[in-house]
Amino acid sequence: MPDALGVIAYASTFLTMALIGAMACLGLNVQWGQMGLFNVGVAGFVAIGAYTSALLTTAPLEGRLGGYSWPLVGGWLAAIAASGIASAALGAATLRLKSDYLAITTFGMAVVVEVILRNAQHLTGGSFGISFIPRPFESLAPRPSLFALANLALTAALVAVVFLGLQKLVRSPWGRVLRGLRDAPEAAQALGKSATRYRLQAFTVGGAIMGLAGALQAHLIGFIAPDDFEAALTFQIWTMLIIGGSGNNWGALLGAGVVSALWSATGLATGAFFPAESQARAAALRIVAIGVLLAATVVWRPRGLLPAVVPGQQDPKAGADPGLGRHFDGGVQ
Amino acid sequence: MSLQFLADGMIAGATIGLGAVGITLTYSILRFANFAQGEFITWGCYVTWLLAAAAGAWLPWSAQAIDPLSVGLNVIFAALVAMLLTGLLAIALDAVLFRPLRTAGTTASAAWAPASVSAVIASFGASMALRALIEAAVPARQAYLSTELQIAIPLLGGVRLTPDQILLLAVAVVLAVALQIMLTRTSLGRSMRAVSENPALARVVGIDVSQVIRLTWFIGAALACAAGVMLGLVVQIRPSMGAELLLPLFAAALLGGVGSVPGALIGGLLVGVAEAATVQLLGAQWRAAVAFLVVIGVLLLRPSGLFGRAH
Repeated sequence: MPDALGVIAYASTFLTMALIGAMACLGLNVQWGQMGLFNVGVAGFVAIGAYTSALLTTAPLEGRLGGYSWPLVGGWLAAIAASGIASAALGAATLRLKSDYLAITTFGMAVVVEVILRNAQHLTGGSFGISFIPRPFESLAPRPSLFALANLALTAALVAVVFLGLQKLVRSPWGRVLRGLRDAPEAAQALGKSATRYRLQAFTVGGAIMGLAGALQAHLIGFIAPDDFEAALTFQIWTMLIIGGSGNNWGALLGAGVVSALWSATGLATGAFFPAESQARAAALRIVAIGVLLAATVVWRPRGLLPAVVPGQQDPKAGADPGLGRHFDGGVQ
Repeated sequence: MSLQFLADGMIAGATIGLGAVGITLTYSILRFANFAQGEFITWGCYVTWLLAAAAGAWLPWSAQAIDPLSVGLNVIFAALVAMLLTGLLAIALDAVLFRPLRTAGTTASAAWAPASVSAVIASFGASMALRALIEAAVPARQAYLSTELQIAIPLLGGVRLTPDQILLLAVAVVLAVALQIMLTRTSLGRSMRAVSENPALARVVGIDVSQVIRLTWFIGAALACAAGVMLGLVVQIRPSMGAELLLPLFAAALLGGVGSVPGALIGGLLVGVAEAATVQLLGAQWRAAVAFLVVIGVLLLRPSGLFGRAH
């Protein structure tokens, strides 16, 4: 039954892609959901992980750095470390700034990463990217459905490990301090908690998880290029988290599923309803659909499908502050 | 080394400065970093392109280039109408997206986030949607506001500028001066500054805050449209042209000091010259990194910017 096997392969690949999105989304949830850190450069941190692992695990290639044929696990650990270090460095410089400024600097970081990906030919392969990245279970590749299932199982296992670890962290004293600093910074600081240190830790942990997501993407697809890490990726991950419910790891998973499903469904729809020559333009409509969905969620269901429930947290409607000019961090001129 | 890069930088910088005025105004009056500002540049340029093509088709005499410029009356007329339309687009976007976020009952995307952060997220979504709409609507082929070649006129010190570029610089200066006079000398401008200082107090003394907000969006987007036309006369028109300018816009607004309109314009000029110098010294591909260095440098060394008030 080749058709059934095809369905299995398609479904497995879809779920694998959704889980990679979920991984990045879990990382963002540590930064934004737990700590309120506003990272608009998600794609940059994912890219650092993807390229680090790809460069270390591929075979040597003339005219390009890297190619050390490391084992996959080594590449993934290096990806986690590289994205974590990049996050820590950027965080150390900018985390004491107010949230809008952090948004601008992380956005700028992603722009710079993209510039390097496109132009540092000897390091990143330029706009052609890196191909022949070793894939897990390569020996199963002749049997696509089995290959896809094995990769799905591996991805699911890794997402489960990260998810459970984060759930544990959220409930730990560390997680309580994060939310304390997020919701009542003055009170938490009065208890002797250093806001900067905890922010830096949360930012680094989140960035490291994004790096792992990038490494998974590189190795499961086997090919990466700068186009994979544009602002549209950041936008997708953010939409996943906002729709799912910021601050809730279950929400991050659900949001990744919903957005991935919508992405695939709109892809099928544009494929069916538009002629081949206008496919590229029709593809842009998918981004419009997700942009509208994000905006609608922010306006009508601001806390997402699965709002975070934290003991002692105030009801969202109770303390509604109307208003223009709701000052933050002392306001601006 | 030729001083030509200074002139090129000034042209690019005037574009950035005009676009950055909207960033600094929305930041000081609506209190959020608007990631959709770059799309007003793109939309302004595309609307101008469409209107100019339509005017050129209906009234062929208008497409005749006005000597010594490379464009005809149709482009000038289209640019003026497009500024109006882009301003209205921004007001419409505020009505459907940002006003609901400001009003009571709808708190932020999370209980802990200030409303301003929801606005940033919303503006990020809006920017993706606005850009993708253009990609979907416009056929992917080369588009130009002007295809005519121009001879650059030699000026002081071996610097050369085309007549178009000289006109653009003049227009940028006129717009900047007009805006500054409006902000400092008219009652509308005083209302805007009052809302920026203290919205609650401004409302108490009877200032129509909604009107001020509409005006803020209109000015920021209309100037972004002007920037888009300036850009469109120099380079090929692309759906990503505004988005690629977003980081320089932020850099200019931060460098000038958030809330300062002259600061945004001067910041734009400085960023433009810094980019041009980088292109000259290191190569065009590293241009995009300059704005990031400016952002980081300003935030670390002088967060209030050159002309901003320390707080």
